[in-house]
Amino acid sequence: MNIEQHTEEHYDPVSNSMGMWLFLFTEVMLFGVMFILYAMYLHTYGIDFRHGSGQLNLVMGGLNTVVLITSSLTMALAIWALSLGQRSKSFLFLGATIALAGGFLVVKSFEWAAKFHHGIYPGSAELLSRSPGEMVFFSLYFVMTGLHAFHVIIGMILITVNAGFLAKGKMSPERMDLMKNTGLYWHLVDLIWIFLFPLFYLIV
Amino acid sequence: MEGNLKQSHHIGAKTYLLVWAALMVLTGVTVGVTFLDLRNFAIVAAMIVASIKALLVLLYFMHIRYEKKVFPFMILATLGMFWLFLILTFMEVFTR
Repeated sequence: MNIEQHTEEHYDPVSNSMGMWLFLFTEVMLFGVMFILYAMYLHTYGIDFRHGSGQLNLVMGGLNTVVLITSSLTMALAIWALSLGQRSKSFLFLGATIALAGGFLVVKSFEWAAKFHHGIYPGSAELLSRSPGEMVFFSLYFVMTGLHAFHVIIGMILITVNAGFLAKGKMSPERMDLMKNTGLYWHLVDLIWIFLFPLFYLIV
Repeated sequence: MEGNLKQSHHIGAKTYLLVWAALMVLTGVTVGVTFLDLRNFAIVAAMIVASIKALLVLLYFMHIRYEKKVFPFMILATLGMFWLFLILTFMEVFTR
């Protein structure tokens, strides 16, 4: 083990991971405020929220939950494989994670397209003709799942960067904080969806 | 340093697969519960299941179970802050 070389460079994996966690806490607060807004309006417009939730596609939402949780598994396995020094295996798991993330976005875009097709998008004439509670429900739906999808895209970029570094041999079992932190980010994206899914699709 | 290297080998693929299977089962449970017509308790049930799923992701996928004690402490502090904001907001909503 070449520990001397590492101490020379002041390599500190605990700090590296803690820095990532601090960033994740700011993300929790960013989404947290929206969850509080959601809770407040659910309390005010309970019946309208149920009516809005009934219009979302439960099958697509459920499918996306399965896809995203599975992508979390493949991400964890990519880190596990690299920690054992199995680079090509790790690379394949990263590829699977990117593919699943892409699948999530495809399903999500079909869902949004179907809503747009029915004239449901923020500020649309159709939505403005509905009850205030439904307007709030769909506004929150588009903002929260939209911001979440944006995080999925960033995650995909980060995982691609990791795969690139891995392919170039710039990542090793001794130095894999970038992949570990990318994994933390990806699991947080999964965590947020775990709460978004029941709140939007399952309150009928 | 050495301890940290050991930690990364703490969890095997088998554990990850078991956690994944548990998350799948819980997803099925949370969808299944909606057909029971629990009315106002439905949202509570959904949040309880989601919290269990979140805990599994945090402990195993995010390695919190094997990290230094300071990490769960920091997470609890953040969640405490979130709950403080939530409670303060609802105090305003309820007394409006």
